[in-house]
Amino acid sequence: MSTTVIAEIPGHELPSEERVNYLTVDHSVKSWLLTHDHKRIALLYLISITLMFFVGGFFAVLMRLNLIEPTGLVAPETYNKLFSMHGIIMVFFFLVPSIPATLGNFLVPMMIGARDLAFPRINLLSWYIYIVGAAFTMYAVISGGVDTGWTFYTPYSSTFSHSQVIPAAVGVFVTGFSSILTGLNFIVTIHKMRAPGLTWFRLPLFIWAMYATSVIFILGTPVIAITLFLLGLERLLHIGIFDPAIGGDPILFQHMFWFYSHPAVYIMILPGMGVMSELITAFSRKRIFGYTFVAFSSLAIAVISFLVWGHHMFVTGQSVYAGLIFSVLSFMVAIPSAIKVFNWTATLYKGSISYEAPMLYALGFIGLFTMGGLTGLFLASLATDVHLNGTYFIVAHFHYIMVGGAVMAYLGGLHFWWPKITGRLYPDGWARFAALVIFVGFNLTFFPQFVLGYLGMPRRYAVYPGEFQVLNVMSSAGASILGVGYIIPLVYFIWSFKYGPIAGPNPWGAKGLEWTTPSPPPTENFEEVPIVTEQAYNYAGTSESAHG
Amino acid sequence: MADMATHNAHHAQHDAFQHQFEDMEQQRDAGTFGMWVFLAQEIMFFGGIFAAYIVYRALFHDSFEIGSNLLNVKFGAANTVVLIASSLTMALAIHAAQAGKKGKTQVMYLLLTVLLGVIFLAVKFTFEWTADYHEHLIPGFGFIIRPEWGAAGSHVPMFFSFYFFMTGLHALHMIVGIPIILIIAVMAWRNKFDEVYHAPLEMVGLYWHFVDIVWIFLFPLLYLVGGRYLSNGGH
Repeated sequence: MSTTVIAEIPGHELPSEERVNYLTVDHSVKSWLLTHDHKRIALLYLISITLMFFVGGFFAVLMRLNLIEPTGLVAPETYNKLFSMHGIIMVFFFLVPSIPATLGNFLVPMMIGARDLAFPRINLLSWYIYIVGAAFTMYAVISGGVDTGWTFYTPYSSTFSHSQVIPAAVGVFVTGFSSILTGLNFIVTIHKMRAPGLTWFRLPLFIWAMYATSVIFILGTPVIAITLFLLGLERLLHIGIFDPAIGGDPILFQHMFWFYSHPAVYIMILPGMGVMSELITAFSRKRIFGYTFVAFSSLAIAVISFLVWGHHMFVTGQSVYAGLIFSVLSFMVAIPSAIKVFNWTATLYKGSISYEAPMLYALGFIGLFTMGGLTGLFLASLATDVHLNGTYFIVAHFHYIMVGGAVMAYLGGLHFWWPKITGRLYPDGWARFAALVIFVGFNLTFFPQFVLGYLGMPRRYAVYPGEFQVLNVMSSAGASILGVGYIIPLVYFIWSFKYGPIAGPNPWGAKGLEWTTPSPPPTENFEEVPIVTEQAYNYAGTSESAHG
Repeated sequence: MADMATHNAHHAQHDAFQHQFEDMEQQRDAGTFGMWVFLAQEIMFFGGIFAAYIVYRALFHDSFEIGSNLLNVKFGAANTVVLIASSLTMALAIHAAQAGKKGKTQVMYLLLTVLLGVIFLAVKFTFEWTADYHEHLIPGFGFIIRPEWGAAGSHVPMFFSFYFFMTGLHALHMIVGIPIILIIAVMAWRNKFDEVYHAPLEMVGLYWHFVDIVWIFLFPLLYLVGGRYLSNGGH
């Protein structure tokens, strides 16, 4: 392990309390709120998105409670607001910023051997923008809620809805700029600030994933910004662009919305894929199988993701020929995604695998993401989509990707780098237990929804025919297990922050520059700029030429 | 760029140097590259509305022609000249810094840029938009569809929705840019910029040129697309 990139780390052997690190350098509130340190900003984001996660989760709990009874427990209008607020908060305020703004912010400079991101002040600004956006959305929640669904479809949102569409749309609009600034910072940092010797093909695959994600941030987010801007004007002034009553086309809104929001799905899953490559290699003690394929598949996903938005509109008055093209292109996204899954499993082959908590999440990800991805092909096929569109099959499909994929990877990554972030270990037994609870709870929640959808239960309804009750009760039972599974890590993470055993610089024996500094790292990350002389994931300790 | 490298030792001492970078050259590279990435974002931002414009222009060709012919092309053309001139003065300000000219020279060009920007906005708001308001051409603010427009009249408001949204968004970018140029001018007045360090000046310049280029696309799409001179000449 000590043959890594820098020979000696001063202060390595000191216990973390005695060494000044980024957490202990200044305790004042001001030093946190005005910090330029990417690691502190990552923690600010971590706290904010965790709060939003539990707010969004609260709405999910209410939805699942409502669906225990076929007649529903709340009024249909209330139910509309529940799923809308759940979607808006989870997508825009948790999933999109989740891995990039927390783990990405913390790790991008550390993994490339830099002292900070290229623009620390812009990084801090992005957090404040996020908070302002979240404040608008929370205002929308408190002042009566939104009932348009997270998709804000016109003309309902622009003309007919009596809920708080404008504050919610402003919230999403504003938060978009925090994503744009994060993406901008990552792209510039990865291009310009890599340590000497750290060539593109020596980068950890997490960095490739962050780069691909940032490209989508930059090219996709502005389009939803302009779309929501137009939606707001439509609602306030009836300018007519999306209003069919005066010649506008509501389907144009859907095109513009999905032009961002489909790539946004990859904003949510690509960072998770990056985390996966780190976890799989670290816990099977092997170099990744097919490094360049995994790296380029991230870019391929980012590029193709911009060309598939029409598959959300197969039954929305789009021409059959357009549908045909979008269907083919959607199938093409499966190729780079499958490359990743195959390469992770091939990496496991003959590895010395250990089952620490992060690895349990990683293995869970492979299974759940594969299910989510393959069911996506059902929906990308024109004929089956006609049957499945607008049913719980879709809900189950994208939750397998976003929760089974993205959230599992996020939690896996959080468990993996928690010792680096805090310098403390969490109780491993509890962590493994929570990972299993989440896996079981997740499947019990969402697998019945595949069946429900296939049987024809439509999504977004507060009531349903009695024959669907058994599956709905199973789903609600699963949701309560899942909820417990999310609360357990919250408890032991908070506990470990103060009472956990000291972790040391590299508790997993993992490769990568971030593990060569003390835990928690000093403000400047590295005592001296590291010089990289080897490939990523060099667990075998071989020279680069041996791998060709 | 090549002669920058020879000054590295000097760069590291510059008081604008930020700790996360290795040297001034890396800092300057990162800043300029960041601005380009930001402009890519801006292109997508305007791209969405341009795409929507193209869709409706194809759908409602006649209405867009009527709408376009109602705009005052003389003011639009004059403003195009004003804006291109402001790009020139901006480029001259950057050149002055690169050539190591005194801060005052840079300030003069920057203030000229601001002045031209203000003239543009003044023409836009006082001559054009105010007149449009009196002629009831602003959707959402008492738009009146005139009988002489015929069947195509019902979609003329759509053209004006695009007109006000696109030019408004463009004007908003100028309104954001002008105070930033003034801040840069204050920095120039304090002789912050020289042949070694002028990255902020360059970045604002990039932004300003971008805003100009957007106008170069807006002018024909909005003012000239009606083709009034073509049809006058033809008949």
